[in-house]
Amino acid sequence: MPALPGIGYEEEIAEVQGKLQALEGLGLPTAAWKTVAIARAQKRPQFLDYIPYLAPDFVELHGDRVGGDDRAIVGGVGSLDGRTVVFVGHQKGHDLKERQLRNFGMARPEGYRKAQRLFLTAERLNLPVVTLVDTPGAFPGLDAERGGQAWAISRTLQVLAGLKVPTVAFIIGEGGSGGALALALCDRVFMLENAIYSVITPEGCAAILWRDAAAAPRAAEALQLTACELLELGLIDGIVPEPRGGAAGRARTMARRILKLAVDTLTELRGLKSSELCVARRRRYLAVGLSSGPDQGWSQFP
Amino acid sequence: MTRSTDAVAKKTNTTMGVDGCPACGRYIAPEALRDSLMVCPLCGYHHPLGTLQRISQLVDDGSWEGIAVDGVLSDPLNFFDSRPYPARLKAAQLSTGLPEAFAAGRCTVEGVPVGLGILDFQFLGGSMGAAVGEGFWRLTEHCIIDHVPLVVVTSSGGARMQEGLFSLLQMAKTVMALEELRETTIPFLVVLADPTTGGVLASFASLADVIIAEPGAQLWFTGPRVREMTTRERTPEGFGSAEEALKCGHVDLVVPRTELRQRLVELLILLQGGESVLGEIIPQRRKTAGWRAGGAGRAAERSAGVARAAWNWLRRRDR
Ligand SMILES: [Zn+2]
Repeated sequence: MPALPGIGYEEEIAEVQGKLQALEGLGLPTAAWKTVAIARAQKRPQFLDYIPYLAPDFVELHGDRVGGDDRAIVGGVGSLDGRTVVFVGHQKGHDLKERQLRNFGMARPEGYRKAQRLFLTAERLNLPVVTLVDTPGAFPGLDAERGGQAWAISRTLQVLAGLKVPTVAFIIGEGGSGGALALALCDRVFMLENAIYSVITPEGCAAILWRDAAAAPRAAEALQLTACELLELGLIDGIVPEPRGGAAGRARTMARRILKLAVDTLTELRGLKSSELCVARRRRYLAVGLSSGPDQGWSQFP
Repeated sequence: MTRSTDAVAKKTNTTMGVDGCPACGRYIAPEALRDSLMVCPLCGYHHPLGTLQRISQLVDDGSWEGIAVDGVLSDPLNFFDSRPYPARLKAAQLSTGLPEAFAAGRCTVEGVPVGLGILDFQFLGGSMGAAVGEGFWRLTEHCIIDHVPLVVVTSSGGARMQEGLFSLLQMAKTVMALEELRETTIPFLVVLADPTTGGVLASFASLADVIIAEPGAQLWFTGPRVREMTTRERTPEGFGSAEEALKCGHVDLVVPRTELRQRLVELLILLQGGESVLGEIIPQRRKTAGWRAGGAGRAAERSAGVARAAWNWLRRRDR
């Protein structure tokens, strides 16, 4: 752009330049960063807030049948609009006491093993699966590592990948990395309007790529982790709209919307044979990252 | 030895040089180190290997035939941190001589045909993006079509975060690729080299039929820095090593690099039903004893061939 001619504009130019610099400032709150805050808000409804509305007869089932019962992952059976569904999801907890009990929604290997076991029960009884995803990520503690966190997650992915019953995931708050994917590798994936779903936390991304945790707002923007962006990228199937001001305090309203979408989706998926279901699921995930347009790829090695 | 081999050796091995072994600090002549397969003869430290070195150590001379990978989104988010992601990719290509972090090929190991994949930490930390996921899938597909075992050597920091959710979903993609493989009786072996972490360890790398780890390899889902940020736990020395993973029951074997090739061949034969079942497939079983003695010359020969091919590839690409 050519420089503006004449006198009297210097001030305006300086102001615009200042604004531009501020926009480039690392810590500036971006739209994505605001969504991250909403998605993580303590008051936002969680699995146990939704479940009484989704399935009033919900019975929680416990334990991984190996040696533990992880409270960060909740699962059980309940009827969704008159038909039994296996529900599995993360529970972060609201107050400090519950958050500690739930380990802030960060599951250990026993949590993922509990999920596997419930998924397999669903398959055995020919019941569909609905997951509600809300976790900052898998628990990074030493005990979780020793217990084989990576192995527990990959095995959970494998169980979901081959499950012979319909699976639907709702990202209700924070979809953090592999710990979220372990419950979200489903036939259909929906996000609540203000939920986020990301490969890494914006803070972690900022610390690694910008070498400055204060760049998190900018990292949040770059990662394209909001529901709208992910829908546009074709990585999720739909968005559950939230009332003005977000889902906080509106568990009932949101549950009704989730329920309707879940019922419609399961009705559609029930029409498929289990073999068709598995083939379609496989196709879907094998196609992630392929270019539909002209070949942008790299070539043979060597 | 040709000049290009030297250049590749230098590029693909950053720890070799005048500074000596990073573990014991003693100086080892580069030739001696190469003869010992980049394992310190004094302390046993396993130096990181580049893709070309790994191929030259494992694969029979001249048997490597690369599998083309294309049609992937190279920058799906138009990601920009301090530099645009395509610039980072380009820089990694120039510094490693590789097109991407994952190299896939058909080859033979001691005459046994395999589909071999190598995930190289030296290329953007061996991170898994769309190209790596697609490479893994194409390799798996080849193994299914050719009915040969799948062998993957991994070293990776995890997901390629510049590709956002696309990279996270590559975990799902590789698991789906293995679903296809699971419908056959084709074995899948993985060699976890230092380090194998994050989304790579938590997807295909931990789902192999037999998991081998190199001595001292760091294996974990979350690294010490993030752990300390989240749980305030200090990570003790030696935590998450291959040896500890063996004790905890996560891996089958810890195999020194000097025995890796032989061990792989033994397992490849056993897992496919034994030599009498494979008799017609394996043209001639070579004596493994002679391998180490003449190893240096043959390794040099092999890497020269591979290096030539790699440079040709780069030249073609830059034109
Ligand atoms: Zn040494």
